[in-house]
Amino acid sequence: MNTATASRYAAEYQTIASALPGQNLPWLQALRAQALTEFSAHGFPSPREEEWRYTNVSGIEKKLFSPSISLSIDEVDAEWLKSVQLEDAWVLVLVNGHFSAELSVLDGLPEAVSVMSMADALAKQPGTVEKYLGRAADQSEHSFIAFNTAWFTDGLFVHVPAKQVLDRPIQVLHVVTGVDQMATTRNIIIADALAEVKVIETFISRDGVYAENLSGTGSAISRDGVYAASLPGADAAVGSNNAYLTAAVTEVFVGQNADVTLYKLQSESEKAYHFGGSYIKQARDARFTHHNFAFGGMLARSDIHVDLDHASACELNGLYLGVKRQHIDNHTRINHLKPYAISRELYKGVLDDRARGVFQGRVIVAEDAQKTDSQMNNRNLLLSDDAEVDTKPQLEIYADDVKCGHGVTVGQLDEKSIFYLQSRCVDEETARNMLTFAFANEMVDKIKIKSLHDRVLEQVLARFPQQGVNKEWL
Amino acid sequence: MLSIKNLHVSVGDKPILKGINLEIKAGEIHAIMGPNGSGKSTLSHVLSGKGGYTVTEGSATYQGKDLLEMAPEIRAREGVFLAFQYPVEIPGVSNIYLLKAALNSIRKHNGQPEVDAMDFLTLVKDKVRLLEMDEKFLYRAVNEGFSGGEKKRNEILQMAILEPKLCIMDETDSGLDIDALKIVSEGVNSLRSPERSFVMVTHYQRLLDYIKPDFVHVLAHGQIVKSGGADLALELEEKGYGWVEEAVA
Repeated sequence: MNTATASRYAAEYQTIASALPGQNLPWLQALRAQALTEFSAHGFPSPREEEWRYTNVSGIEKKLFSPSISLSIDEVDAEWLKSVQLEDAWVLVLVNGHFSAELSVLDGLPEAVSVMSMADALAKQPGTVEKYLGRAADQSEHSFIAFNTAWFTDGLFVHVPAKQVLDRPIQVLHVVTGVDQMATTRNIIIADALAEVKVIETFISRDGVYAENLSGTGSAISRDGVYAASLPGADAAVGSNNAYLTAAVTEVFVGQNADVTLYKLQSESEKAYHFGGSYIKQARDARFTHHNFAFGGMLARSDIHVDLDHASACELNGLYLGVKRQHIDNHTRINHLKPYAISRELYKGVLDDRARGVFQGRVIVAEDAQKTDSQMNNRNLLLSDDAEVDTKPQLEIYADDVKCGHGVTVGQLDEKSIFYLQSRCVDEETARNMLTFAFANEMVDKIKIKSLHDRVLEQVLARFPQQGVNKEWL
Repeated sequence: MLSIKNLHVSVGDKPILKGINLEIKAGEIHAIMGPNGSGKSTLSHVLSGKGGYTVTEGSATYQGKDLLEMAPEIRAREGVFLAFQYPVEIPGVSNIYLLKAALNSIRKHNGQPEVDAMDFLTLVKDKVRLLEMDEKFLYRAVNEGFSGGEKKRNEILQMAILEPKLCIMDETDSGLDIDALKIVSEGVNSLRSPERSFVMVTHYQRLLDYIKPDFVHVLAHGQIVKSGGADLALELEEKGYGWVEEAVA
């Protein structure tokens, strides 16, 4: 990686540094300075690093994305925004990395619960933020985290006190409107002992992949038109209008016997770069579930790292759908640090055209983590000869009394199943669509929030616009 | 109904069927018996349109049309039904949806309107009762997690609802205990009609105790080596396949 490029970002940093939140907090200033130094030294990750072997982010270096200094909601279509927000959730809206109180819906929150922007949290409860920021995400891990730490403009802050159970989910909408922009957000979710909360992170732009279908037009569009539908006009417009960078880091702290579910719905535009890291620390007996839907972006990378304490449990679910030349990388790491913890992981991918998927899953069982129970699976469906997947499950076990398993499949649709459906009058193309949809839908069915389930289902259905593919199968 | 003339079929370079001749008239039940590896399953697969087989010679004419030219789903819509030896599990697609989609595509093929939702439900529940199945099976994914016997019953349920003209039953009796066999056989017998024909491919004579065939053919080394009435099956039961195989060896 050439540090000259990194310094282009670093040089530009000085022009925006004074606009970043937390200027009056020496600890944060020190943290940002340290992160900037680290980023300047390394630049963005290089494919020479094992964890980035399959994902080349040099495109981000070539383009110099600029952060937006302040909030502007002029370019946010209110009607469209309404269509992507969940009606039964508290909604916090970030536009190009800045909180918009006007667009957010936060009425009726229980008194003791904090749901606010990161900038507000830094102003109102800096002590709490200091206690948690950077404690789950290690900025020496790779330079995206350092980059995020230095650059973040705002984000989501959630603190649910002990025993508090939130009956509605919290949705944070990360909306990007600008051209060649970057949206850098830092998000913290804290659930104290016995608290329960569900958070939905939606990454989206007006021309996001499958986003158009959410606007309720309901009309089927051809797959080639999935992107084009929202961008009438020349192809060139697609290339120049919607390139941007999202670099989001979310830290989650699940207290003793607390329960957190985090949904990530990534529908960035087709020219967007997306880096999203979720770093989770679970206390004793804590439960955490992650659902990761990666549909958008030209190059999208997700990191999900979980640290498991005594008898805690985590479930990681993922679905990635790649078409055209999309590159979708999911990277998970589960650290079994103490005995009796349980982890379950299932990632499924459907890759068509020249799309490329990457799955790197690591489960590390520490010497002390006896009676660990871990299962990791990655299943891939390749629909074209040019589609590719690189999958690398890794188990590192240092304890001697554990139950760990992993499995990987990469394949095409089962010809026996296709023939069976044909022999029941279904034509071959419909049979293929049915089977592909059913493969993907297993992950959609795991969504427990009905309104969210229905939205995601709409998006997956939009991926299969052919006639005959419909909800009746379910 | 079905006229097979001098049918030769290969898998890769290997000839499996070497000149099959068979005439099946409406209302008839033909049993095709034979030892393992004789080509029985190949015959049912070729008739229903499964890929991976090359017809090198001969023809199969179904109701005056060239059966071998049709895509599998067209054969199905034209009234050819294959009851699978190993029914396939289709996770994520519900049983009742597949039944309805299949029935409607047959109706569409025949220029009829879609089936009325209430009529359909009544029809399905009727047949479910006939086959002593649990209604819950309708709402589960096709064959997913079904036992061997449940899968075979599900095949007959589909057959009962789609009302095909030509039913090809591939080793329906394998994997069934006697109680399940009786239920399946009753289901099949209730479908017997002067307009409907059956080809039952089976290794075991036991099935024919419950579904009485009009004709029995013995397949060995890719050819029909002996044909006769229902009595032939009993003779085979008694003597095994050795004597017919030797007859052509």
